[in-house]
Amino acid sequence: MIETGIALTPLLLTLKVALLATLFSFIAGVILSRIISQFTFPGKEWLDAVLTLPLVLPPTVLGYYLIVVLGRKGWLGQFLWENFGISLMFTWQGAVVASAVVSFPLVFKSAKASFEAVDHNLEKAARTLGSSELGVFLRVSLPLAWRGILAGAMLAFARAMGEFGATLMIAGNLPGKTQTLSLAVYDAVQAGKDSLATTLVLITSIVCVLVLVASGKILKSNYIKEVDR
Amino acid sequence: MKRRVVNKYLVVSIALFSFLALQCFGSSAAHAQQELLVSAAASLTNAFEELGKQFEAANPGVKVIFNFAASGALMQQIDKGAPVDVFASADQKTMDQAKEKNLLLAETRKDFVSNGLVLIVPKDSKLAIKGVKDLSESKIARIAMGNPETVPVGRYAQEVLSKAGLWEGLKPKLIYAENVRQALDYVSRGEVDAGFVFTTDAAVAKDKVQVAAVAEGHQPIRYPVAVIAGTKKKDLSQRFMDFLLGSQGQSILARYGFGKP
Repeated sequence: MIETGIALTPLLLTLKVALLATLFSFIAGVILSRIISQFTFPGKEWLDAVLTLPLVLPPTVLGYYLIVVLGRKGWLGQFLWENFGISLMFTWQGAVVASAVVSFPLVFKSAKASFEAVDHNLEKAARTLGSSELGVFLRVSLPLAWRGILAGAMLAFARAMGEFGATLMIAGNLPGKTQTLSLAVYDAVQAGKDSLATTLVLITSIVCVLVLVASGKILKSNYIKEVDR
Repeated sequence: MKRRVVNKYLVVSIALFSFLALQCFGSSAAHAQQELLVSAAASLTNAFEELGKQFEAANPGVKVIFNFAASGALMQQIDKGAPVDVFASADQKTMDQAKEKNLLLAETRKDFVSNGLVLIVPKDSKLAIKGVKDLSESKIARIAMGNPETVPVGRYAQEVLSKAGLWEGLKPKLIYAENVRQALDYVSRGEVDAGFVFTTDAAVAKDKVQVAAVAEGHQPIRYPVAVIAGTKKKDLSQRFMDFLLGSQGQSILARYGFGKP
């Protein structure tokens, strides 16, 4: 089991990337789903569709979009590169962006459904009692929609951990720098290092099972608390 | 009224699906022709696509299917039982490994082209790179090359950099590509400052990249080809190899910049 050491670097990197990506998609997902479910404005259906798009588009298509936008010659990438000397290509931060984009719709969709399922009479009651919109959101809607949002975030984390295509295209496959577990498995198989591949695959499987069991427990304990009330 | 509309949609979609399904089966039944699966190094992509068309024209009823990737990855696929008939590698080492694993009909192995290694930069590059020595300058942040584990062009580049005593120092700047064409793409897009590719690859993208220097100090680059031991189409595979080594195949390869073996 000397290879456990080699597997540790991609494991830690994967956890770091997936956690940060989930954090970003969580914040963006909650805010945007609240806006979509709360307000009516022209083009709302279109915005909804665009925000869900990463779920159905192949990761390679997303990877290409990201290169076009964030590459050194991309419209945002060029600005960052020329003004700040920042380039997301071939960095682990680039991997975070790729994973966040791919996992975003999972938070967005479940948060939107949860917000729409909240009893609007409760929100109206809070408003008549003088609560501000932010107060309604923080004290009424969010606590009631919490479980669904958390379930979405767990799925997003799992999706971010397994992200491959878009990550490979924007962050490359650099051992020790951007090589996450899924990329390390791909690399090991390509190079015929079967025992390393086996170790990596086992580690990935164990971590994923742990995440799923943990998320199941969190959701279940919340549910029981709510019923008790 | 509403129900009737739903029914109409259902009928239309079922009809569409059955049509598509029939199309799929129909086309596979119509393909009573012989297929030849050729795994070839990524650097051969453009030349082999043309070569394949001409081979098909000369052999009616034959369809050549190409599988382009890094030679090392292709060898692993064959080792795991991919139904490949002919394998063309960009280096001798990968072919030697295939031979050790008894994947080849060893007597069919032949070198069919040679190639060179060049250092390229984006066409609009403002950095004055004249040779591999310049790569250690601090203004050069990223250098693309094939992953030496699986990509022959990366192995040649490593050899060049090691001989020049630059390998250890340049390691943090290196961006490993999955195959030579990815390294070429990174340079074309300007995502890296320089990269190592074969002479023929640089020629394919000459509107986007320019050759900064010819890299020297590597083993001669000769591409071997061989029939795979597991093939069920030995005669057809041999015919493809003969075509490759014959005057017609060699003239196509020469047009894409490959040298004589």
